Amino acid sequence: MEAIYIDPVIKRATIKRDECVECYACYNGLSQEHLNPVMVRTVRKIFAMMRVRFDPEPDVCPTAAFEPDELTWPRVVRRAFSDPRVPHESTGVEGRGTEEVKTNDVSGRVKVGEVGFTIEFGRPGVGARFYEIQEMCWALAKAGVAFEKKNPITSLMTDVPSGTLRADILNEKVMSAIVEIKVTVDRTEEIVRLVWDVEKKLKTVIALGVGTRCDEKGEDTVVAPILERLGYKLERAKTNIGLGRASRPLETPARETVNA
Amino acid sequence: MTNTLHRFGDAESFRDDFVIFAIASKGTNDKDSLPKLRRFLEIAAEYKPVNLGDARHGGALRPSKSMNPMAHWNRDIQPDFAAVIAGLDHPTTCAAVFDNKVAAEDFVSRIRKEDLGLSINISTSIDGAEQCCHHACIPRHSVGYSLGFEGSVEKLPSSQVMTLSTMCGHGMVSHSLAKKMVDWVKEGRRTPEQAVSYMARFCSCGVFNPARAKRVLAEAVSQGAISQGAPNAK
Repeated sequence: MEAIYIDPVIKRATIKRDECVECYACYNGLSQEHLNPVMVRTVRKIFAMMRVRFDPEPDVCPTAAFEPDELTWPRVVRRAFSDPRVPHESTGVEGRGTEEVKTNDVSGRVKVGEVGFTIEFGRPGVGARFYEIQEMCWALAKAGVAFEKKNPITSLMTDVPSGTLRADILNEKVMSAIVEIKVTVDRTEEIVRLVWDVEKKLKTVIALGVGTRCDEKGEDTVVAPILERLGYKLERAKTNIGLGRASRPLETPARETVNA
Repeated sequence: MTNTLHRFGDAESFRDDFVIFAIASKGTNDKDSLPKLRRFLEIAAEYKPVNLGDARHGGALRPSKSMNPMAHWNRDIQPDFAAVIAGLDHPTTCAAVFDNKVAAEDFVSRIRKEDLGLSINISTSIDGAEQCCHHACIPRHSVGYSLGFEGSVEKLPSSQVMTLSTMCGHGMVSHSLAKKMVDWVKEGRRTPEQAVSYMARFCSCGVFNPARAKRVLAEAVSQGAISQGAPNAK
């Protein structure tokens, strides 16, 4: 994010608030020593005068200088989408706040004949603003796709059918955020091409994920060939091995079979 | 936990990267899932993982809020798996990372026998996950493919840096830190083990793979390449 920099005037580490996504990596990830700041600065100045440089552990804040701010709306949205330790209020899920296919054996979120897309903005490590996400949501809504209800982005829409996000969050910057949709298999290529079209207009990166159900033998002979035809070389995947079991009855059975 | 999905690299580069995680579905089977998640971690520890963690507290190597200044010269970089298991106090995603296929396969087979009722996912190369399922005689239920990174990829760093930083999909291991670690190891300022420990402490859910990171850093040293930016497309 490059949100922390040394201010050349005051010669102190400073946070660019507009670039900071409130991921709390500085606060949670750094070890702290609680040394006296005046002493630390003095020692550094003496070393600098002598052209000597201390080579400390790089993940330590000697003075425990970082303090969390009291975040208010709409800035609090930044932390919800950037600090993985904080569960999203809308879904109760940590990280990006969505279970997508990783609980598909229990939730039945992506059913036979369907494809779930996770379109993740700002990943890896670039960040994204909601006005960029808005462009994609509008385009997807125009194509008539269904947004996943149990997804934090969907919960921030004022008008789900048109894919319109709250106006007061559009300039907020986050580490990453996932737009999650579901379409029938025959629309896979159309959606991928739509994403290609929109991403050309954006100034951030996108990580695209595609989830699908396997057949009774555990094979996917439907979606993978489409993706490969579109030029993707499928290297990595997250595989749900189907050991999940609902402890409360679901409205529809989670386990379905292809061509059943 | 898409944070394990979009790791940078080709299938071959995931030969020592098997992330297996357990998760309960909110409102469906999350009630009373805590002891099952703890059991998942306990079993995982038996199969010699390279990392273990939960999404609330982090991995087996964590930052200290009251570090002794002398630790700069004598810092413990050994993972503490027992602390991860003992610290699990809330139903959340629990993950185990293995650096070899045999351990991953055996662990998946064991988890199947334990019948915890939690959703279990394997995040690795497509072929690697299929082999784990085959070994445990389980047909895959669902699969989520990573199609890689698209859009303004000119903003992305070199492949070495990407390989390291994307091992925390939440972005807690910054590109800048990963680049610095590549450079420091090349310069001999830190060993690969030390550099890996710095990055692993930032990972907030314990899915960072120290073994793979060590290999990447060792390869960087042997190649002697400069870690300057180079765009990575899909």
